[in-house]
Amino acid sequence: MTYIPISPAEREAMLETVGVKSLDALFEAIPAAHRFPKLNLPPALSEMEAAAHLADLASTNENAREHLISFLGAGAYHHYTPAVVDHILRRGEFYTAYTPYQPEISQGTLQAIFEYQSLMSALTGMDVSNASHYDGATAAAEAMNLAYAQFRGKRKKVVLSPFLNPQYREVIGTYAQAAGIELVGADAQTDLEATPESFAELIDEDTMLVVVQYPDFFGRIYDYQKLAEAARAKGALFCIVANPTALITLKTPADMGADIVVGEAQPFGIPLWFGGPYLGFFTTKKAYIHKMAGRLVGETVDSRGQRSYVLTLTAREQHIKRERATSNICTNQGLLALAAAVYVSTLGKSGLQKVADLCYQKAHYAASELSKLDGFSLRFDAPFFHEFALTCPKPAEEVNQYLLDHGILGGYALGKDYPALKNDLLVAVTEMNSREEIDALVETLKEMN
Amino acid sequence: MADISTALDAIIVEPTVFELSSPGRTGTTMPAADVPAADSLPEHLLRSELPLPELAEVDVVRHFTRLSQFNYSVDEGFYPLGSCTMKYNPKINEDTCRLPGFLFTHPLQPIETVQGNLALMFELQEWLKEISGFAGVTLQPAAGAQGEFSGVLMMAAYHKMRGDTKRVKMLIPDAAHGTNPASVGMLGMQVVTIPSDERGNVNLEALKAACDDTVVGMMLTNPNTLGLFDEHVEEVIRLVKDCGGLMYGDGANLNALLGIVRPGDLGFDVMHFNLHKTFAVPHGGGGPGSGPVGVSERLLDFLPNPLVGIIEEGDEEEDLAPLYGFVTPKHSIGRMKAFHGHFGGGLVRAYTYIAMHGPDGLKDIAQHAVLNANYLQAKLRGTYRIPFDRICMHEFVAEGRFEGSDVRALDISKRLIDYKFHPPTNYFPLIVPEALMIEPTETENKDTLDRFVEAMLKIAEEAQSDPELLKSAPHTTRFGRMDEVKAARELILCCWLPENYESLT
Repeated sequence: MTYIPISPAEREAMLETVGVKSLDALFEAIPAAHRFPKLNLPPALSEMEAAAHLADLASTNENAREHLISFLGAGAYHHYTPAVVDHILRRGEFYTAYTPYQPEISQGTLQAIFEYQSLMSALTGMDVSNASHYDGATAAAEAMNLAYAQFRGKRKKVVLSPFLNPQYREVIGTYAQAAGIELVGADAQTDLEATPESFAELIDEDTMLVVVQYPDFFGRIYDYQKLAEAARAKGALFCIVANPTALITLKTPADMGADIVVGEAQPFGIPLWFGGPYLGFFTTKKAYIHKMAGRLVGETVDSRGQRSYVLTLTAREQHIKRERATSNICTNQGLLALAAAVYVSTLGKSGLQKVADLCYQKAHYAASELSKLDGFSLRFDAPFFHEFALTCPKPAEEVNQYLLDHGILGGYALGKDYPALKNDLLVAVTEMNSREEIDALVETLKEMN
Repeated sequence: MADISTALDAIIVEPTVFELSSPGRTGTTMPAADVPAADSLPEHLLRSELPLPELAEVDVVRHFTRLSQFNYSVDEGFYPLGSCTMKYNPKINEDTCRLPGFLFTHPLQPIETVQGNLALMFELQEWLKEISGFAGVTLQPAAGAQGEFSGVLMMAAYHKMRGDTKRVKMLIPDAAHGTNPASVGMLGMQVVTIPSDERGNVNLEALKAACDDTVVGMMLTNPNTLGLFDEHVEEVIRLVKDCGGLMYGDGANLNALLGIVRPGDLGFDVMHFNLHKTFAVPHGGGGPGSGPVGVSERLLDFLPNPLVGIIEEGDEEEDLAPLYGFVTPKHSIGRMKAFHGHFGGGLVRAYTYIAMHGPDGLKDIAQHAVLNANYLQAKLRGTYRIPFDRICMHEFVAEGRFEGSDVRALDISKRLIDYKFHPPTNYFPLIVPEALMIEPTETENKDTLDRFVEAMLKIAEEAQSDPELLKSAPHTTRFGRMDEVKAARELILCCWLPENYESLT
């Protein structure tokens, strides 16, 4: 089965117009020895068979809706998405369009992205947002690219908080090796109680950027204002990697003095989907937009005096600047930026506040009940939002296995990234977790030997 | 509704969600808290205001529905945007990628609980290897540009591992996509541009002159951006390899090659796939894409981390499936993004598409994509100049200009919109003046192509009889041409709630 709408008679007529005898005759430029390989692939399935096969594969998984109670976060969060979001995303007018190069017939995509940019700017308190990056981790790497360009490569050092998501640190590391950038601070053996202010000593005149996470990877909330000031004192840029759900409640990164605020907007209407595609948001101050990668939508008027939108400042991008571009970024996550815009618009100010409040209340209830159990305690005293580190009486991997046997995804075992935290679980609680689920987690752990 | 007359003097066709907002409205109800209230956070950690819109569900639906109607899309009509492979996106893929087993699996779940996902990823890796002739495939890169960046990182890592440190030059043909030099620029390598010859092939003399022991490799798009298969591709690859370079293939144009030739068989070392072009993953108004990368034997150890592999072999006789998990290549360049690639929106759709085509169906795709392009080229050649005129692959490039007329490619493109077609890619590749790059794809029928030809011929007439008609086009759309200079000068990049918002009722 294929989607080719050309009948045999039409094909013959077309071949005649082209002036060749057969379809195969169109390929004479291809080296004969390698032409028309026999591909060893399974035979084609009908739509009915494919649907059944994919349903079968999907059902081999255990998922957080049908089988498992989940307290797993660590960079991807299970939230409720109102039905409206997917109904809008399923409009072919949105999902089968390309990058809006022809603004006269792309105002839908352009205005939606403009609104997304506005919503993210309002949430972070920053001046501008771009049209998005691949995910939170690559958005953080692009913050480094911005800083590199801002200092024209003259500053070579990036200070990473050891409490930045380890996968983000890895991705920044991949991007850094390309430009020969030195990363400091990201030491897994670090003092886990170190305050943000203690990173200030790592910042010097060669530092282009300081990156911290908010709340940090362990869920802790710190006010980074002093660290931001320390960065500014050395002339370095300050980047906060933020969780958007937490930002609904927390002091804005802009108020702390951030120059760049990035993060993973998956919690805003995007399914877990086994890790992607997600939505990296990127916001900054107006002073840095010329060094920012990615697409940008700006407001203008059309020839009829109507307000309208276009891709703007395209001279920064790869197709114009080629090897002098700061990034090779081409696509953004347009459809998922639309998802976030619809999600935020549908929940609105009060709905978002309700979601944030539910996350906060339930996480604190869970933390309070869990820490009452013998041998369990909260690893840190710092305030938290919807995620916290729980010290267990035995290795977290074993606790997780025990919980899984009881249908519970316990959390993220922190020992993988922080050897000192072998017994610690990173537990995330959202509005999706009912009190019964939290009680089930507590009860199950109570019975663990 | 908020007072919006102060926003701008311009006529407002559709207000923004901020302008549609009214204090106290809400679009959804969340459940009440079922746990005792906790102490709130200290005041100094809280934000003072949350200036976000408030709308009802119906407001949201109507707003975004109206916006959608301002878009042109593949579901609406012909979209011959060269280099972008805007083929029809089968609807079944929209359903399979939303199966609950895919939607609600967390990327950090224990591998025992996500064997369906891992089996799909493993099989897709195998299929892409078979389709392209490569020894290994990573599914991790988020888009073609990131796949390219991964590929160039692997090339650099390969030379570095061998202690071959003087290699700093990347050879790139003048017809290349802008992402190629940009990827190379990210590594601080030096770009050496190789010109094309009069048949649109790589100029072999220029290539010979550039090949020495400082060459990292060459990035070749084949078929190239003129839509032409390089007639000396094996010679090109031999020259690059003889000087110790690696051969990068830009897979943007793979739609022309499915079942026709495997880049790995030709001697390419690395190539990125664009699942959102070749394998019908929808473009989503500019993303998400998905850019897996295939590599030859000698780059296998450098692939990004992690890959999907078999941790424990299965047993067919006992009907025991293998256990799939993640494996780390020995000298991996590292992680390209968080988690495992664009699984749901990219990999599941592409998997469904390949499963429904099989080996013969894939070949049909390439053959008909090439047939459609050659048919259009044959029909337009008498009216529009084709600078490199021979049998093309899945696309071709015409000149959008006429003798004695100042009508430009842009005007032709805008006028095409009046005839209800999406314009071709303009002004690319840079080596053709007033380029119109036309890629029909295999999912268009002859009637559509004939109507497109008719419009193109009519426009050529209009260019002579009434050039103003083209220069002021489009006329039939909801929006006219945009003032791009104003946008760049004023830089209005976001909007807010109206100033007197709180006092509105």
